[in-house]
Amino acid sequence: MSTRIVLGKLLGSLATLAFVVVFNFFLFRVVEQDPVANLFRGRNLSDAQRDELTREFGLDGSKLEQFWSYIQQTVGLNFGRSYVTNQPVIEEIADKAPATIALVGVSAVLSAVFGILIGVLAAWRRGSKRDYAATTLTMTTYSMPDFWLGMLLLTLFAVVLGWFPVGGISDPNAPDAGIGKLLDHGEHLVLPALTLTVAYLGEYALVMRSSLIETMREDYLVLARAKGLRDTLVRNRHAVPNALLPVVTLAAINFGLVLSGAIAVETIFSWPGLGLATYEALQGPDLPMLQGLFLVFSASVILFNLLADLVYVALDPRVRVS
Amino acid sequence: MSSVAVASARRIAWLRRRRAIAGAWSQYRRSRPGMIGLTVLALFVAMALAAPLLADESGLRAVNVIGNEPWSSPADFAPLGTDRLGRSIWTQVVWGSRTSLLVGLAATVLAALIGMTVGIVAGFYGRRAGALLMRLTEWFLVIPFLPLAIVLAAVLGPSIRNIILVIGITSWPSMARLVRAQVLTLKERLYVDRSRALGASRAHLMARHILPGVSGLILASTTLTVPVAILSETTLSFLGFGDPSRPSWGKMLEEAFAQGALTEEAWWWYVPPGVCIVLVVLAFTLVGRALEEILDPRLRERST
Repeated sequence: MSTRIVLGKLLGSLATLAFVVVFNFFLFRVVEQDPVANLFRGRNLSDAQRDELTREFGLDGSKLEQFWSYIQQTVGLNFGRSYVTNQPVIEEIADKAPATIALVGVSAVLSAVFGILIGVLAAWRRGSKRDYAATTLTMTTYSMPDFWLGMLLLTLFAVVLGWFPVGGISDPNAPDAGIGKLLDHGEHLVLPALTLTVAYLGEYALVMRSSLIETMREDYLVLARAKGLRDTLVRNRHAVPNALLPVVTLAAINFGLVLSGAIAVETIFSWPGLGLATYEALQGPDLPMLQGLFLVFSASVILFNLLADLVYVALDPRVRVS
Repeated sequence: MSSVAVASARRIAWLRRRRAIAGAWSQYRRSRPGMIGLTVLALFVAMALAAPLLADESGLRAVNVIGNEPWSSPADFAPLGTDRLGRSIWTQVVWGSRTSLLVGLAATVLAALIGMTVGIVAGFYGRRAGALLMRLTEWFLVIPFLPLAIVLAAVLGPSIRNIILVIGITSWPSMARLVRAQVLTLKERLYVDRSRALGASRAHLMARHILPGVSGLILASTTLTVPVAILSETTLSFLGFGDPSRPSWGKMLEEAFAQGALTEEAWWWYVPPGVCIVLVVLAFTLVGRALEEILDPRLRERST
């Protein structure tokens, strides 16, 4: 029975992915009536050049033929060539993905850990000064534009105090290999990762807090207390694991948010990942690059949603039964 | 005779609704965060409305402020200093409040209209049509918001109307889902059954019985969508989709960043607009959460 659920979720995700792919086609080729003219706004283009470009972009033929060739290309991970570098888009993305994976991975984990911790501490002493301070703090960081927080941290820690580099991923004078290189990257990672962590821990804290408050009303907690268990034991063994369920779903949603947040934050810190690539592609605009990035962003968010769903099935017996 | 009966039934309904609103307000007044949020919002709305009194609009254009010293700190140029072109930061903050509030509210109204329609229709016409609509909603929920908004904005071009459109089009799904869930429980209520048995049309049922039933929820969820819309406007403006002819807080941040305010340590350029964004977003969130606690039936049941 469990395999049926897993299979269902898998098919659902595939359907969503298919929707995104089709949507992407309409977005770029149907909404925009004449991409070639739009791309070369204001530049002189001979008819011959124009026809060649049209063919190159797969824009000749009927919409149906275009759609078919687009599907074939997309399935083969061929997103065309970047207008700026003339490299295949997929290679550009593969080059820049590791930096973003490192940044988003570190930030997603840290924001979840610290957000949950703050939420638990706030909820367990509901109405206390600590709760009040934690809630005010998280609501405030939650209300900040992520990149603005980045600008503040950059000013304070890089420009004024000079503790961390102002941007980029490596120092030209740093060692080229080994531990030294890693440390250099790590030093550059601190500020962007701190920005994303602080910007996105607020939601975890708020959700964890209300979930735990909800759980604290359950009878089994009264029982655990009645048995004479110590307060921390009641909290860590009985309350928190059950209250964590909604946070699992949030983790998937938040992954998408952190990934999106990386677009502006990477720009602030010149962190050479997919976010900065998106920002640069926008200046052109470099449409094939944007299209490829959009697909990659969407696909990874869909993947994480699927993972969260599966984890949820594994954690919550009620889902398996119903 | 029957017309008298209808009129009085309507009167009763109105009276009841008025009493419900008065009751909700007296409950709302007791929420301290809610009142703080409302006060802050009132101040910013007043600022946006009184912009011509607070600062001269001509100061937004660099040609009109040639006499001003660029990069002046607040100490040299009251009250908030100047930017790289010598324009007063205060003037930009004041006039930018109009754009940020307008975009936030207009985009939210658009999202609410779409979300409400989809939610009510999907909940009301169960089965096929409903399932199809919800599938569509799920799809939109999964597509990461910012990349979608960026792509849409890139295709549509930078203007304030397009920013509103883009945010509206991308923010409706969660509202649709919320409304649908509420409609599903409402339509099984006895009074809806009764009305249906008396021969009410679907349109009548939706407009007269379902819509009033979900309106509280819609108000709360709309209020909570505004801060998201304002933050989205900020990010989109920062990425260069702002209307070139209008100041907005997001655009100020973009200009400050692009023109080197960080290395110049010209904090007065990018701190004030950011603080305004945080305050407005926080205020809307506080108001929305206070409303939610009063109007969302699920939370109400929980707290009793």
